[in-house]
Amino acid sequence: MGAFTLWDIVRNLLLAGRWTVALSLIAFIGGGVVGALLLVLRLRAGPMLTRLIGAYVQLFQGTPLLMQLFLAYFGIALLGVEVSEWTAAAIALTLYTSAYLTEIWRGCVAAIPKGQWEASSSLAMSFGEQLRHVILPQALRLATAPTVGFLVQVVKGTALASVIGFVELTKAGSMMANVTFRPFVVFGCVALMYFLLCYPISLFARRLERRTHVHGR
Amino acid sequence: MEFDFGAVLVDWRLLLKGLVWTLGLTAVATVIGLVVGVGCAWIRAHGSKPARVVVGAYVELIRNTPFIVQLFFIFFGLPAAGVMLTPEIAAVIAMVLNLGAYSTEILRAGIEATPRGQIEAAESLALSPLQVFLHVVLPPSFKRVWPALVSQIIIVMLGSSVCGQISVEELSYAANLIQSRNFRAFEAFIIATAVYLLLAVLLRRLLNWAGPRFFFGR
Repeated sequence: MGAFTLWDIVRNLLLAGRWTVALSLIAFIGGGVVGALLLVLRLRAGPMLTRLIGAYVQLFQGTPLLMQLFLAYFGIALLGVEVSEWTAAAIALTLYTSAYLTEIWRGCVAAIPKGQWEASSSLAMSFGEQLRHVILPQALRLATAPTVGFLVQVVKGTALASVIGFVELTKAGSMMANVTFRPFVVFGCVALMYFLLCYPISLFARRLERRTHVHGR
Repeated sequence: MEFDFGAVLVDWRLLLKGLVWTLGLTAVATVIGLVVGVGCAWIRAHGSKPARVVVGAYVELIRNTPFIVQLFFIFFGLPAAGVMLTPEIAAVIAMVLNLGAYSTEILRAGIEATPRGQIEAAESLALSPLQVFLHVVLPPSFKRVWPALVSQIIIVMLGSSVCGQISVEELSYAANLIQSRNFRAFEAFIIATAVYLLLAVLLRRLLNWAGPRFFFGR
């Protein structure tokens, strides 16, 4: 067995890092779609459904993501479906993301003055037209910064998929640390890669936030 | 599909022990983490330029890397550099560093919102900068950002479930141990999840109640 050079470590981590990116994107996009659906439902529905969606949000925000991953992994298997780590992680992270995003967006819609709803409804706009032409254009501007900011949480969240055996950056790091006996270097590299992935997003979110505050108020 | 929660609840002693560990880790990390946060917030407001840069780097580094990687770096990585830690100590350090970074950032928002006149008034009473910070700036800042701090403390409590991965015997570790014995994985994790949810609700209530009483007055 040949010795691992630093480059071998970095290359292996980078290869696994692609899965971190892929899982993040799937969770973010899937979570965005589900979150948007829940948002529209919440705006339309009666008190019963609204409360149900509120409970959904509470459930995901009030329990550890790690437990959600375990439950997805073992829960889907109970249904008799063969489930891969990849599927379980994608499903759990999508639901987790949807709960947070729908709550963020609800706040943004709630920040739109009631008069906007009333004015557009007095113009005989349908609910869909109100959303599309009046509410969402304004809410979207408020929503971009916290939404981009949450993407950082999603990327960091994918690290927990390593625990159910999905080989992404963190899991690859654990495996490399075991093989090379250089955990300090390996986990240092892993942390650095997450940082390089997340920090630009954080900076971007902060810039968006500043812009919203200047023009929005 | 058949559920057998009884098979898990038989081991309630393990779950209880896990619960105690989770609460203990959270309590210690919260207290020390908030102290770290206040210290770093002070440095950010009054420290020398290099010190401010170090604090800024610390905050960004922690906020932009996953907790589990921080934990692994501390527990698996540091021994290679000559620092041996028990799992429990490593977990506490990771949680403290984590909460410290986030609370620094949260407190900064509260501190920046302090009206200039209050600081000037305090200075005109010949209070030292430290006195101004501790007695005039800090309490209302805590009050302003308390909801955000409470949320962050709860996130740290939920995050402590990851510490089971380095064999700290907290709640998720207990659930894992139980399911490895009786193969009732789903039931074990449902119960653990429910306990976490309950903890999150109760902890929020407790902190919302305790904050105004012990930290910053009504």
